[in-house]
Amino acid sequence: MASADEILVKVQETLVDALGVDDDEVTPTATLIGDLGAESIDFLDIVFRLEKNFDIKIPRGELFPENLATADSGFVADGKVTEEGIAQLRTKIPHADIDAFAANPLVSKLSDLFTVDMICRFVATRLK
Amino acid sequence: MRWYWIDRFIEFESGKRAKSVKNVSLAEEHLHDHFPGFPVMPGSLMIEGMAQTGGILLGEHYKFEYNVILAKVPKVTFHSWACPGDQLIYAAELQDAREEGGSVTVTATVGERLVAEAEIVFVHLNSDDPQLSRIDQKNFVFRTNLLDILTVGQAGVGG
Repeated sequence: MASADEILVKVQETLVDALGVDDDEVTPTATLIGDLGAESIDFLDIVFRLEKNFDIKIPRGELFPENLATADSGFVADGKVTEEGIAQLRTKIPHADIDAFAANPLVSKLSDLFTVDMICRFVATRLK
Repeated sequence: MRWYWIDRFIEFESGKRAKSVKNVSLAEEHLHDHFPGFPVMPGSLMIEGMAQTGGILLGEHYKFEYNVILAKVPKVTFHSWACPGDQLIYAAELQDAREEGGSVTVTATVGERLVAEAEIVFVHLNSDDPQLSRIDQKNFVFRTNLLDILTVGQAGVGG
């Protein structure tokens, strides 16, 4: 069983390879899109690399769910994710820090759920 | 110009690996500009040839059910170059293949000489995907005519 630190180091290596960033940029709180410049296509590359580096299987949509709270999902009102939407996020993406997001659930901030720490938490559940 | 950057397959092991050939020729117009007096195969077109080899390998694995799109080249290293008269061999190995896309590693060699190596990531899009219309057709690894490459050589050796 890998320790949290060991997981972090491997996740950092994975993101350095996938995104071409420096390892000191890959802090636990760094957001993949905002801070590390990830684009949608990078997510598939990250999934491939995590599967290889940790010898785990990551089925489609489990680490990076698709179509989170889109405009037509019924979970958005006034640019914010509704309470039902937040509940759905907790189910769909339990490895993300939903509590922090729920304090000010702007749709425009949804992509900030995808952090380095989120990946580490997800990997930890898969290694158990 | 036709967008074929490999001439034929010489090995094809479904779902695993494929090898193709690209004969570099001075008849190719762009080599007279790249560069005048020093014709070398542009690295970008070598990547395209590697992507066509790997993309057809991935596409065939799913019986060409998906549109395979060159999405990302996480890594490419050029060790050398290829000139008119050289025969490039692109050797692709399928690393990942799943519903959303796949990835390959490819080497380009001339004889024993390693010319380039790359990792390439592809995504799959269904024909009815709205994103499809936003994508430049040149990003398609294969559509219609490109698959003709699979039949090159089937006429036999002419002997």
